[in-house]
Amino acid sequence: MPLILSDEARMVRETALDFFRERSPITALRKLRDDNDPVGFSRDLWRQMAELGWTGFLVDEDDGGSAFGMTGLAQVMEASGRTLTASPLLSTALLGASLLSHGGSDDQKAEYLPPLLAGEHIFALALEEGTRHAPNQIALTAQSDGSGYRLNGQKTFVLDGHIANTLIVAARTANGITLFLVPGDAATRKRLIMVDSRNAASIRLDNVKVSPEAVLGPVDQGAALLDLTLDRARAALAAEMLGSANEAFDRTVQYLKDRKQFGVAIGSFQALKHRAAQMFCEVEMTRSAVLAAVSALDQNSNDAAALVSLAKTKANDTLLLCGNEGVQMHGGIGMTDEHEIGFFMKRSRVAQATFGDTAFCRDRYARLMGY
Amino acid sequence: MPNFRAETRAWLEENCPPAMRTRMPENEQVAGGKQARYLRPEQKQWLDRMAAKGWTAPTWPTKYGGGGLSNDEALILEEEMQDLGCRLPLRGMGLSMLGPVLLEYGTEEQRQTHIPPILKGKIRWCQGYSEPEAGSDLASLRTRAVLQGEHFLVNGHKIWTSNAHHSDWIFCLVRTDPTAKKHEGISFLLIDMDDPGVRPRPIRLISGASVFCETFLENVQVPAGNLVGPLNKGWTIAKRLLEHERKGIGGIASRAATKFEVPLETVAKQFAGERDGQIADPILRDRVAAYSMDAHAFQLTRRRAAEEAEAGAPPGPLSAMFKLQGTELNKRRYEMLLEAEGFQGLGWEGDGFTNDELRFTREWLRSKANTIEGGTSEVQLNIIAKRVLGLPD
Ligand SMILES: Cc1cc2nc3c(=O)[nH]c(=O)nc-3n(C[C@H](O)[C@H](O)[C@H](O)COP(=O)(O)OP(=O)(O)OC[C@H]3O[C@@H](n4cnc5c(N)ncnc54)[C@H](O)[C@@H]3O)c2cc1C
Repeated sequence: MPLILSDEARMVRETALDFFRERSPITALRKLRDDNDPVGFSRDLWRQMAELGWTGFLVDEDDGGSAFGMTGLAQVMEASGRTLTASPLLSTALLGASLLSHGGSDDQKAEYLPPLLAGEHIFALALEEGTRHAPNQIALTAQSDGSGYRLNGQKTFVLDGHIANTLIVAARTANGITLFLVPGDAATRKRLIMVDSRNAASIRLDNVKVSPEAVLGPVDQGAALLDLTLDRARAALAAEMLGSANEAFDRTVQYLKDRKQFGVAIGSFQALKHRAAQMFCEVEMTRSAVLAAVSALDQNSNDAAALVSLAKTKANDTLLLCGNEGVQMHGGIGMTDEHEIGFFMKRSRVAQATFGDTAFCRDRYARLMGY
Repeated sequence: MPNFRAETRAWLEENCPPAMRTRMPENEQVAGGKQARYLRPEQKQWLDRMAAKGWTAPTWPTKYGGGGLSNDEALILEEEMQDLGCRLPLRGMGLSMLGPVLLEYGTEEQRQTHIPPILKGKIRWCQGYSEPEAGSDLASLRTRAVLQGEHFLVNGHKIWTSNAHHSDWIFCLVRTDPTAKKHEGISFLLIDMDDPGVRPRPIRLISGASVFCETFLENVQVPAGNLVGPLNKGWTIAKRLLEHERKGIGGIASRAATKFEVPLETVAKQFAGERDGQIADPILRDRVAAYSMDAHAFQLTRRRAAEEAEAGAPPGPLSAMFKLQGTELNKRRYEMLLEAEGFQGLGWEGDGFTNDELRFTREWLRSKANTIEGGTSEVQLNIIAKRVLGLPD
C-alpha cells in the first residue's frame, strides 16, 4: 500500500493545482455567493473539469471512464480544496459515478453515465434525515405497489440537491434499504443557504411514483453499496479538506512573516511559532492518513474502512484547527468578510459534519478495531 | 528480495535462541561494554551470533564489521525480527548515535579503532553533552579543552549523562575557543573513561532507577587524535548526532507496538470491563480511540517518510517532527494505560500489584523523560518553526 504518488498521480496533481489556481480562485466562490447564483457552481468550469477526465476516475473504461481510481481523484479534490472551489465533484464524480458504476444495470449505465462523464448531468445523494450523519437511520419509505414504488418522506443536507438532474434516494423497503434513481423535479426542493456558500438542499417526496427500473442496485440490500460509496466519499472529502487545511496553514504562516507588531514580525513570537509548528505536524499526519485511505480503497484492502475513518477524523480536526487558528492569528483582519481566511473556517464547520464528524468516525474506528 | 527475506528468516530461526524470542524486561536489555553482565547465557550467545553476521549494525559497511545491507534489506531484517519476536541483540549510544557520526565525519583510523568494538558490544559509549548551565541552550557549554602538544587537557562538569557509570568511553562537546561566538568554539572529543580524572556519580530518578549521572572531568588527558572533525567545528557534528538521537527517541512509540506489548484497548477492556465486545466505559473507549488514531496516523507518517527517502527524496521536513510527535504520543499512551488500570495503576512495589501493573507505573514515570532528553518538545517546536516554516528569530 504505497504512501507516495505514482508519476501519473503526480501529473494529475500538478494539472489540478494549476487548473484551480488559474480558473477558480476564492474570488470565484465569493462571486457565486454575492450574486446569489442560482446554481451554486460554474457549469462552464464543471464542463472543463469533465473534459480533463475527472468525472471518469471512478468509471470503468468499458463505460467510457478511465478507472484511474481514488488516489487520482483525491489529488483533484485536494487541489479544489486549496481554492475552496464549489463544484459537483463530490455529488457527481464521486457519489453519482461510484453508485452507478457499482450498482447500475447495463441500461442505467448506458443512460446516465455518458451525460455524467460529459459534465451535463448532475447527481445528488439524498441520504440524511436527522441532525447529523446517520446512514443507518432512514425513515423515508418506498412502498411496492405491484407496478413500481411510491416514495414518501424527507431528506436534508442533500449536496447539490436543488439543481440535481437525478436524485439517488436511500429509502426503506420491506426488508432493508434500497436506492432509487428519481428525477430531480419529482421532489419538492428547497435550497439551504449554507455558511460555507456551498450547495445543499432539503427535499420532500410526496407519493412519488417510480418504476422498478428506477431501483439502483439490489432491492433491500442497498446498505452495502451505500457503505462502499460513503467510504469513498469520506476519503475524497478528507482529501479536499487536507487541501483546504494546508492552504489556510500556508497563508497563516505567510502572514506571520509579513505582519509586524512591536517592531518585529509576529512570527517571531514563540506563542505563535509553537502553535504554527503544531499545525504543521497535524497537516502532515492528515496527509499520511488520507494517502493511506485512498490507496487502501484502490486496493480493496481489508483495513480500508478503518483507514477512511482515520483519514476523515484527522481531516476534520486539522481543518477545524487550521481554520480557527488562521482567523485568530490574523487578528482583526481575519474577522472581515473582505479577507479570505474566514472562508476556510466557514468551510471547516460544514465539511467536518459531512459524511461523518469526528464522534461518528472515532466510534466506527473503535468498532472496526474490535473495541 | 523474496530470496533475501526467506534466507533471513531461515537464519534467524536457526540462530535466535528461543529465550531471545520473548518479551524483553528493561533489565535484560543488552548494552555491552566492559562491565556488561548477562543475566542469561542466551543474551551473549545471541549478541555474538548477530555481531558475527554484522547485523547488530545492519547497514554499516562490511569493512568495519557491519552488515552492508541496503535500506530495503535492513527493513526486511527488522520486519522478520519483529515477526519472530526476536529481541534487539544490542543497543546503545555507540550504535544509535556515535557510529553513524564517525562513519560520516571520522578519520579512517578513528573508524577502524572504534566502529568494530561498538557493533560487537565490546565498548559502551555515553554522551557528554549537557552541563548544569547548558541544557536546551547546549551551545553555551563551558567544559574546557586546551591543546597542549599531543594532548587536550579537559576540565569541566557534565550532567544527565545516561549510563556514564556503566560506560567505557564518553563522546564530549568541549569548548576549545572561549573567545569565538558560542557555536564556533566547540569541538567534538572522544574520551576514554579509564582516565582517573573522569568521575561519574549516579543520580536517582523519579522512577526509582538510576540511569544517569553527573560526570566530572578533572585534568583529563585526551590524545589529540581523538578529535573528531576539525578543531572548533564540533557544532556541525553535534547537531548531526542529535538528529540520529532524535530519530531513535522518536521511534519509541512504534517500538511500543512490538509483538509482546499489550495493546491499550486490551488493558482497557481488562480493567474497565467489556460490553458487546466494546470497552464498557464509553468515555474511556472514546479516549482510547482518540489516542490510537493519532498513534496510527503517526505510524503512517513514519512509513511515508521512509518511502519518500527510499524514492530518493532528500531528508525532508518530516523528520523534524518525529521526535516531538513520537515522544508526546508515548507519554499519552502511558497516561492512558494508567487511566485504564484505575487503582491498579497506582502501585509502587509489593505483591498488591502484578508485575505488569508495577512495570506500567515505572514506565509511565520513565516516559516523562522522553520529551526532555535529546532536546525538549519546546525545542523541537522551535526547530520546526525556524527550519521548516522559516519563521524569524
Ligand atoms: C532521562 C534523561 C536522559 C538524559 N541523557 C542525557 C545524556 O546521556 N547526555 C546528555 O548530554 N544529556 C542527557 N540528558 C539531558 C537533556 O538533553 C536535557 O535535560 C535537555 O536538553 C533539557 O535541558 P535542561 O534539563 O537543562 O532543561 P532546560 O533547558 O533548563 O529547560 C527547562 C524548561 O524550559 C524550556 N525551555 C528551555 N529553553 C527554551 C526555549 N528556547 N524556548 C522554549 N522553552 C524553552 C524547556 O523546554 C523545559 O521545559 C538527559 C535527560 C534526561 C531527562
